[in-house]
Amino acid sequence: MMPDGSAAPPTAPPGVGHLRGDRSFPAAAREALGDSQLRRNIGNATGTIRAKRAAVVAEVADWEELREAGRALKADTMARLPELLVQLEANVTAAGGTVHWARDANDANAIVTDIVRATGSDEVVKVKSMATQEIGLNEALADAGIAAIETDLAELIVQLGDDAPSHILVPAIHRNRAEIRDIFLRGMADVDPELTDEPRRLAMAARAHLRAKFLTARVGVSGANFAVADTGTLSVVESEGNGRMCLTLPDTLVTVMGIEKIVPTWRDLEVFLQLLPRSSTGERMNPYTSMWTGVHPGDGPQDVHLVLLDNGRTAALADEIGRQALHCIRCSACLNVCPVYERTGGHAYGSVYPGPIGAILSPQLTGIEDNASLPFASSLCGACYDACPVKINIPEVLVHLRARHVEERRRLRSVPGPEAVAMAAAAWVMAEPTRYAAAQRAARAGRLLARGTPRRIRALPPPLSAWTAARNAPAPPTETFREWWARTRGDGEARS
Amino acid sequence: MKIALFATCLADTLFPDVAKATVRVLERLGHEVVFPQAQTCCGQMHVNTGYQRDALPLVRRYVETFEPHDVIVAPSGSCVGSIRHQHATVARNFGDEDLARRAELVAERTYELSELLVGVLGVDDVGAYFPHRVTYHPTCHSLRMLRVGDNPLRLLRNVRGIDLVELPEADQCCGFGGTFAVKNADTSTAMLTDKMRNVLATRAEVCTAGDASCLMHIDGGLSRLRTGVRTLHLAEILASTAEATP
Ligand code: SF4
Repeated sequence: MMPDGSAAPPTAPPGVGHLRGDRSFPAAAREALGDSQLRRNIGNATGTIRAKRAAVVAEVADWEELREAGRALKADTMARLPELLVQLEANVTAAGGTVHWARDANDANAIVTDIVRATGSDEVVKVKSMATQEIGLNEALADAGIAAIETDLAELIVQLGDDAPSHILVPAIHRNRAEIRDIFLRGMADVDPELTDEPRRLAMAARAHLRAKFLTARVGVSGANFAVADTGTLSVVESEGNGRMCLTLPDTLVTVMGIEKIVPTWRDLEVFLQLLPRSSTGERMNPYTSMWTGVHPGDGPQDVHLVLLDNGRTAALADEIGRQALHCIRCSACLNVCPVYERTGGHAYGSVYPGPIGAILSPQLTGIEDNASLPFASSLCGACYDACPVKINIPEVLVHLRARHVEERRRLRSVPGPEAVAMAAAAWVMAEPTRYAAAQRAARAGRLLARGTPRRIRALPPPLSAWTAARNAPAPPTETFREWWARTRGDGEARS
Repeated sequence: MKIALFATCLADTLFPDVAKATVRVLERLGHEVVFPQAQTCCGQMHVNTGYQRDALPLVRRYVETFEPHDVIVAPSGSCVGSIRHQHATVARNFGDEDLARRAELVAERTYELSELLVGVLGVDDVGAYFPHRVTYHPTCHSLRMLRVGDNPLRLLRNVRGIDLVELPEADQCCGFGGTFAVKNADTSTAMLTDKMRNVLATRAEVCTAGDASCLMHIDGGLSRLRTGVRTLHLAEILASTAEATP
């Protein structure tokens, strides 16, 4: 129940889509950390993008003002989301499009499946889209006998390799050239068996494979980077031009978009179209920006649909601190600067949204307890906050979600777990200086565990054994600072 | 100037030399240091692990202990970061607006050591002597929460006899992150390994930083591998003189 007595907004349902992993982050990370090829692939790729981004961001004298403008626009949008969505619906409809409202992944999948069925087609070409990955649209279409063909090069690699995406922008970032060549040789029926791992040859192979699909497909499916409320315009930003093929060649175009992707006015795009390419690919301007407003007779798709997806977004919106996660423009800068993501890769996060943004978005969409380890998958180093083009305070949201998780546990459990007991005990001790000083004296017994010069502890009992597995622990000193002060200076307050 | 020392629970309990060094530097510069005995812990570990309810009494204790003081210093970027960016939020989350306002006022007067020295006292040469090869790791919370900038490096550059060498990939996290090092020990260790590689590449004898917690982590790795590289808190180098070097 919400504070006002109404029912809490629903979260994304389980059993459909890709927002939940099958194990906790630490368990999945351990496996990824053991794969040295994976670490090299991701380390190289993120390092390169990081340097490119830093260089093009440094060129913009008013970058900080732009970030602040982006943040303010998003905050304003979230504050009046219902009104803007109704305005968008009216304008898309007036321009000849059809708007559908999807409460969750199941709703959205059913809507898209029905639209495709009505065309009589058993194949769709897809523009790279996070929202359709999130809801598992490809699987839902496959169940209905409809083949979904990914046309973004990296998505195609993932699809042909029967793999899962590991990065928002570069879904196959965990693969290197040699691996991609092998995937193409296995997955493309029409490929030249002499294919090498030269990037140009790989791109040509993909191009030949996709061209045939573009020319025959009658339905295109996309996501959207932005939707302009006051004009009803949808926009997709991409690098390859394959998206534009899908957006212009088919008769029917279906766009699935999270409700938070809206901007109030056309002019607001000015800010985001500057922030996005520099933050994501490290380019000054992105190569292809497609925009369409409903239907234009005789030009492009004549049957245009927009599916507005909630799937837990309203639940996130209800959290005043957590709702910042909805400001995300999916640039992936936070992934590229994240020291945790760099080492574990995207799969460890168990969701289509990996890295720092995934750690704050996925748990809010699914309900925290379904992704409880994600808010803890961060050292709170803050590199993501500095990089984020719309100034999402990711560390703040992580800490907030950790607290929500702990409070939720407190509510559900009649007996507190060992961590809760330890934390409560530590707080009880530290709330009173006399208890605290007594605990310090007791801790001195830890000196008995210490060996060598300098004195260090090499093994501690669980859970601290996780620390001493790879690191020594300091030995408690013979005298605390407090004792030293009392011995040499007497009462501190007496001197004041 | 009369300055109240918040030693931090970690330095008080495990690294008393860090707090003693802070006292020595400030007294050498002619300031009066007091140590309010009622102090304990800022509650950062509780907040960052999700236990805000348990942190609330610690926030209250900090505020009540340091409210009477005009200038407060702590030898820790991350504790000061927590005091400045978390204390009021915790109070507000539990509906204590009065405590939140008082916490904000105390936080405004609480400084990390290099902020106090360079920013408030206007000193960048504390008259220290430390004849060793040293590399400086700017801890994440000093760098990105407090934005201490190059304050620590300005202080270090003016230390007599020091051979200060730049740490490659200095702004990368060492992997500590409080309970992160235990909850995500494998990832934390991978980050520590890269930090140690960069420290060793400098051939420094000493790795320094403004946080005893991150140094405890880095030292834990360096000493386990018997690298021979020591860790010392920034305050310990600044307190060092020809008569007494750590
Ligand atoms: S959270 Fe910020 S940095 Fe990360 S993907 Fe979203 S917009 Fe980009």
